[in-house]
Amino acid sequence: MSKEVLTGAEIVMRCLAAEKVEYVFGYPGGAVLNIYDEFFKQDKVKHVLVRHEQGAVHAADGYSRSSHKIGVALVTSGPGVTNAVTGIATAYMDSIPMVIISGQVPTHAIGQDAFQECDTVGITRPCVKHNFLVKDVRELALTIKKAFHIAQTGRPGPVLVDIPKDVTQQQCEFDYPERVELRSYNPVTKGHTGQIRKAVQLLLEAKRPMIYSGGGVILNNASPQLTKLVRTLGFPITNTLMGLGGYPGTDPQFVGMLGMHGTYEANMAMQNCDVLLAVGARFDDRVIGNPSHFFRDGRKIIHIDIDPSSISKRVKVDVPIVGYVSDVLEEMLRLLDASQDRPEVAALKAWWTQIKEWQRKDCLKYATNDLIKPQYVLEKLYEITGGDAFITSDVGQHQMWAAQYYKFDKPRRWINSGGLGTMGFGLPAAMGVQMVNPGATVACVTGEGSIQMCIQELSTCKQYHIPIKIINLNNRSLGMVRQWQQFFYGNRYAESYMDALPDFVKLTEAYGHVGMKIEKPGDVEGALREAFKQKERLVFLDFITDQQENVFPMIPGGKGLTEMILAEEL
Amino acid sequence: MRHILSILLENEPGALSRVSGLFSARGYNIESLTVAPTEDVTMSRMTVVTTGSDDVIEQITKQLNKLIEVVKVVDLTEGNHIERELMLVKVRASGKEREEMKRLADIFRGRILDVTEKSYTVELTGTGDKLDAFIQAIEPGAILETVRTGASGIGRGERILKI
Repeated sequence: MSKEVLTGAEIVMRCLAAEKVEYVFGYPGGAVLNIYDEFFKQDKVKHVLVRHEQGAVHAADGYSRSSHKIGVALVTSGPGVTNAVTGIATAYMDSIPMVIISGQVPTHAIGQDAFQECDTVGITRPCVKHNFLVKDVRELALTIKKAFHIAQTGRPGPVLVDIPKDVTQQQCEFDYPERVELRSYNPVTKGHTGQIRKAVQLLLEAKRPMIYSGGGVILNNASPQLTKLVRTLGFPITNTLMGLGGYPGTDPQFVGMLGMHGTYEANMAMQNCDVLLAVGARFDDRVIGNPSHFFRDGRKIIHIDIDPSSISKRVKVDVPIVGYVSDVLEEMLRLLDASQDRPEVAALKAWWTQIKEWQRKDCLKYATNDLIKPQYVLEKLYEITGGDAFITSDVGQHQMWAAQYYKFDKPRRWINSGGLGTMGFGLPAAMGVQMVNPGATVACVTGEGSIQMCIQELSTCKQYHIPIKIINLNNRSLGMVRQWQQFFYGNRYAESYMDALPDFVKLTEAYGHVGMKIEKPGDVEGALREAFKQKERLVFLDFITDQQENVFPMIPGGKGLTEMILAEEL
Repeated sequence: MRHILSILLENEPGALSRVSGLFSARGYNIESLTVAPTEDVTMSRMTVVTTGSDDVIEQITKQLNKLIEVVKVVDLTEGNHIERELMLVKVRASGKEREEMKRLADIFRGRILDVTEKSYTVELTGTGDKLDAFIQAIEPGAILETVRTGASGIGRGERILKI
């Protein structure tokens, strides 16, 4: 039987359908018109029209983070791509599996400074796992297959496929390979048994053990294995910002998030443990601060990660294990099952006594007054949503408060830009989350600074009836910048004050949604209840919060984990 | 410490810029870089000479291996290896220094490839040190132009980098 002869644009659509892509988030333009024409002719793959390409990529990103599916975005050449770069870099820093398809000027025009031309492969090279320029329609299907394969295997990440317009017009026989092998790409996925054995031995001998897990646990769906291991051993566990929900946040063995704004007990335990098990985390600067301060003589570190280059990058480790964390943890559980040994009870008890003493600092306690405290809003949000919502966030103080005060019991519920720290992420990400989780409660925690960076997506939400709730913690200033200026720049608040803010209620209404402004602490709970009752509507809650509120604990940049500033000390 | 990294990679457009981009993005040094296709034209062989502590070299190797188009990376300096670099140098050669220049080229096992009334063009191969020594042996004013390929390297004996 002879194969079908299709155009490049038809091939793109067939490939997406073959990959079972439900939604493509995108924005049309000259170079992708042929592909858009194919959207018109079919109804398998749905398209979501955003209002800015950055929103398309963030939405695809939120879609992926909350579902373990691959997010797909489609943008045109030139400005379409450059607008998408922030989204791509965001996904890259957090290892999110995505495929971005971009249009390119026709092959004969490449390099001629054509209209809407840019060197897409060059511009995106440092912020993608891999990228391709397809110059021949006969390579198109295989390239798209490779893109999907690379994006979701090994350490995941965004892959971009740049397709010149003439390639979308040319025809060839269509054949979509079921699988693809690349001789130059074979990530190690199975942990070394000898190393795993060594790790288990170390854990069993530990007197002051600590487990620290990150985004790798979420990405690899390893929460069940991690939870079982932690409970079997009875050890304390902390999560990074990216790892929240990897272990139940309400469990007594969970000591809170660690790092720059982590809990006192988590940071103290990290610093003072004698055996540290790092799972799918990368010891980054916001987590351990200065590596030379973090160093402790005699402390043994076990590090499980899919990416060998994450191991011993900032901190030298004693037992490196490269592999999928889920598989490695499973192997550890098997070894533990087979072993008679258990951690030494007395030592572990003494260690927990120490940790409980640290917990008595009650480091997340905050003072109240007659203004709305942002922490209070988040506590109420947690209560009213039963701790079961998908929470996206933007970047800044509100992000840290959300991470501290909303307890995530499940993975993939906490969606934020941890690595790149992209303001403007929250709203479009929430759209993607809601699309892939219809019927679920989705809230975007944001601030009046961040929300304005992608506020145009309120229009997309209207078009596709996306009923997310926006929790705007409005302190009339770029709070985290203001906090640093207060602490480290002698109260010189250079350009961190937000003047001439829009009336968010009217703005939201102009977009066809519901807006509410809340100014008194006593109204917080009622407003939230009212908002979440409106299941079919997007509700924008503008909470006018205490402008002076700061995020505590805080480790100043360049300091060590134990050099925290606590609220009570000011 | 100086290291010679041998890299086998797909012979595809853009592969070179992925490698060089990695070095600049992460702040690693490149002393020299050479690349050309191998006997299998789908594959290129690259030699990068770099400097860094053991930790840095370990990171460089890991980061290179992460690049999708990189097939294999070997640190040649970890074992016995041969290193060669080619240099073409045009030197002033007139009057009484003409004979002197010829002799010097002979001492360094250089070959004179081109001759004019006033100059010689000398081809020289060897380690980087040897090429440096040749340049130092000549009075600076006598050097009209130099071009060097950067080092290429290969393991000794049974050490083979191939897929």
